[in-house]
Amino acid sequence: MIQTEWFVMLSAVLFIMGAMGVLLRRNAILLFMSVELMLNSGNLALVAFARHWNQMDGHLFVFFIMAVAAAEVAVGLALIVAIFRTKQSINIDDLHQMEG
Amino acid sequence: MENYPSLVTLILFIPFIGFLINVFFGKRLGESWSAIIGSAASILGFVVALLLWNYLGTNDYQAAVVSLPFVPEWINIASANFTVGWQMRVDTLSVTMMMLITGVGSIIHIYSAGYMHGDARFHRFFAYLNLFVFFMLILVTGNNFLMMFVGWEGVGLCSYLLIGFWFDRKGGLGWKNSNAAKKAMIANRVGDFALLMAIFLMVTTFGTLDYYRPGEIANVEHAQGGGHGEEDSHGATEGEGHSEEAAPAEGHSSTIVLTQAGGEGEGEGEGHGETTEAHGATTETHSEAGGEHGSSEPVYTNNDHIATEQLGVFGQAERMMETGEQVDFGPFSLPIADVITLITLFMLVGATGKSAQIPLFVWLPDAMAGPTPASSLIHAATMVTAGIYMMVRANVWFYMSDTTSFIVALIGASTAVMAGYVALGQWDIKRVLAYSTVSQLGFMIAAVGIGAYSAAMFHLLTHAFFKALLFMGSGSVIHAVEHGHHLAHARKHGGGHGHGHDSHDAHDDHGHDDHEEEHHDDFDPQDMRNMGGLARRMPVTFATYLLGTLALAGIWPLAGFWSKDEILADALIRGFEGGSPLRSIGGFLVLGLLLIGAAFTAFYMWRQIQMVFFGQPRTEAADHAPESSPLMTIPLVMLAVLSVVGGFLNLPAYAGIFTLFGALENIFGQHVLTDWLIPTVVHAHAVTFQPLLAIGATVLALGAMFVSNQVYGGGSKALTEDGRDPLQANPATGGLWELANARLYWDQAYDRLFVQPFIRLGNFLYQTIDWDFWHDWFHNSVIWKGFNAIGELLSKPVDLGIIDGTVKLVGRVAYWISGPLRRPQTGYVRTYAVTFMVGVVVVIVVLLLPLLQR
Repeated sequence: MIQTEWFVMLSAVLFIMGAMGVLLRRNAILLFMSVELMLNSGNLALVAFARHWNQMDGHLFVFFIMAVAAAEVAVGLALIVAIFRTKQSINIDDLHQMEG
Repeated sequence: MENYPSLVTLILFIPFIGFLINVFFGKRLGESWSAIIGSAASILGFVVALLLWNYLGTNDYQAAVVSLPFVPEWINIASANFTVGWQMRVDTLSVTMMMLITGVGSIIHIYSAGYMHGDARFHRFFAYLNLFVFFMLILVTGNNFLMMFVGWEGVGLCSYLLIGFWFDRKGGLGWKNSNAAKKAMIANRVGDFALLMAIFLMVTTFGTLDYYRPGEIANVEHAQGGGHGEEDSHGATEGEGHSEEAAPAEGHSSTIVLTQAGGEGEGEGEGHGETTEAHGATTETHSEAGGEHGSSEPVYTNNDHIATEQLGVFGQAERMMETGEQVDFGPFSLPIADVITLITLFMLVGATGKSAQIPLFVWLPDAMAGPTPASSLIHAATMVTAGIYMMVRANVWFYMSDTTSFIVALIGASTAVMAGYVALGQWDIKRVLAYSTVSQLGFMIAAVGIGAYSAAMFHLLTHAFFKALLFMGSGSVIHAVEHGHHLAHARKHGGGHGHGHDSHDAHDDHGHDDHEEEHHDDFDPQDMRNMGGLARRMPVTFATYLLGTLALAGIWPLAGFWSKDEILADALIRGFEGGSPLRSIGGFLVLGLLLIGAAFTAFYMWRQIQMVFFGQPRTEAADHAPESSPLMTIPLVMLAVLSVVGGFLNLPAYAGIFTLFGALENIFGQHVLTDWLIPTVVHAHAVTFQPLLAIGATVLALGAMFVSNQVYGGGSKALTEDGRDPLQANPATGGLWELANARLYWDQAYDRLFVQPFIRLGNFLYQTIDWDFWHDWFHNSVIWKGFNAIGELLSKPVDLGIIDGTVKLVGRVAYWISGPLRRPQTGYVRTYAVTFMVGVVVVIVVLLLPLLQR
């Protein structure tokens, strides 16, 4: 059986990839995908720990997170479409009207 | 008979209703109806006066007091126990005045209908005349001094309205007229103030203003001696008795007889009508009860049953004089005699205003600016006699105070001479008559001053007749000359313009419509220099005017002779039998001055006759003057008749040839007026005829007229070649004439003394106090600058500094704080993500730190 440490390490790698993607990419879609990556790294960690401790709490959390992520994607994609319609761009660096 | 005196309310209301009708509907009614209503009101008043005269005659001259219906009380101050009622007094004095006012007033009303014909404000003139009659009747009928004051002010108002009646005349005349009106108002105001002071003193001293209270007998001596056959008992012998009674009348007030007629009503035969005091609509007549039922009601012949506080002012004064009471004025007190002197002196000043005496006479000559009928009614016949009426009404007090009497005599006599002198040098026909009026009023006042109260009233009556006649005659002359001026003008210019005689009749204006303005020039129809030779053109006017002149000059047997002679005789008797040096001096002074005044009177009146009626016409206007209409000449004739027979009202006893050895006395009776007045005018007395004095005065008057005739007529012309007065041209008299012509510089003196200082004071108040001080200094410097300073303070340090500062500080603080805070708000999602990440890391580190320490 694959040791839990691996899962956690994979999860950490995925999370770091996701975080880097969020911080470095400018395309809103890619940004979004990176966020998904980070969420799912979290999911992975939760599932791994659930298996490790033989408890179902982690699974339960994962279901919630997946539901939230699905809703988030729906709203987020709609927002991105709306932004593209007005700005003709999904480069998030173009969206800094809210600067102080 | 019971309510007979209540008729007196009618005499008031009839002219007032006439006034109301004329003032509200006069314009719609048209000229003739307006005149008919106005005259009818006055004539009806005369009828009522005759009825009242009849009443008094059949009731032994006993006074009645009538309260106005519906308004019994006027002033009622319960705390001070002071009441003034709307009460009217029907007694011989007031009825005399009523008959004079309404009688002469009626004649003047009729004359006005002719004189004012064509005037734009015809109806208003009649309204004013009726209002005047109304107020004058209030003045004479009131039973207290306050009602008299109401009438006094009311006639002043009417006088003002009528003097300024032609306030809209063109060419500066309107200003002259309204200024004359103002002058009359202001000069009278001075006198009115003094009269008010007298009234205040009366209230303080007596606590009432009623002349006599209901039930009180005015003339106690008369009531005691009097039966019903008053006029009979003063037959040939009684006339003498009166003059004797006059001399020792000193003790009069202390000889109140204590008996009651009620007790001896049977014995005396007639206690009849002693206290016929009627009160209100329910006239209580004691006379019937006393006379017929004997003892059922007591009839008093004196006032002893009345407490002092219940008496009228005169009764109280007599009682207080007996006890020599002190009158308390708070911080000081005065003996009653001094208070009476003060009151009478104040009344004298009031009389000098209304009756045009020195020093307040200046308004009367200017008052001639009014229409001639107004001059005639108000400024010759009636209103100006108000002062004499008041003094005769208060004869009890004037009799008490020798000091006042002397001053009154001095003022009256010197006014008589002064005004007579000024009249010598006047050109204006009405102005001569105005000064003549002042002079004759001086005669009356002087008569009051020497205690000749009935003589003053007698002269008042006769003077009203002939002075009204003269004024209306002069009005007729002015009217005719003005008319003649138009005619002459029309003949010269407008032969072809259709300005015929008729069209001028239609335009019988007095400078009112445009027709007059077309040929407005400097022609003065009142200037005697523009007249002459009118006797032929105006026979009726001339004949009546001549009668009036002779009456005024005092030529036997016309009215003026008898009345003037009575004053002179009284003065002579007073001089010899005065009893005290002051009285004697007063008597002789009056006698001397009045003789001079009488000579002046004859002189200037004959000068006027010569200038106006004799000789050749001096202008075309005079040459074309037509006789006036019958509406104007008939009243002249009526007054001329009165001027002839007026003197027979009060014939002296034993006047020898002057009464045609008793023939006139047999017809007209002796001392009729005096006997009639005595029940009311306590100190009235008949006077013994002084044949030498009468002859002397007549010779003096005739001599003055003869001299006048030599100067102004007698072959020479009334004017010199260069249009000057012969006296003016004569170097010996030129200066004196100029002095008279300048009216002795009274107006200039008043101008210098009062008017100019007043104007300077006004200018000072206006320019210095109001403009310079209040506007320029106080308003600008103090108020304006003060407000500016406060505004500055509020706006700059307070508003800008504190309030704005606070608000700005809040903003600035927010600005300061927001500066650093806005930096992180880049708007780049990435920045936020990094921050977020760092935060997470920090949180994790913080969470993990305790683990590391373990």
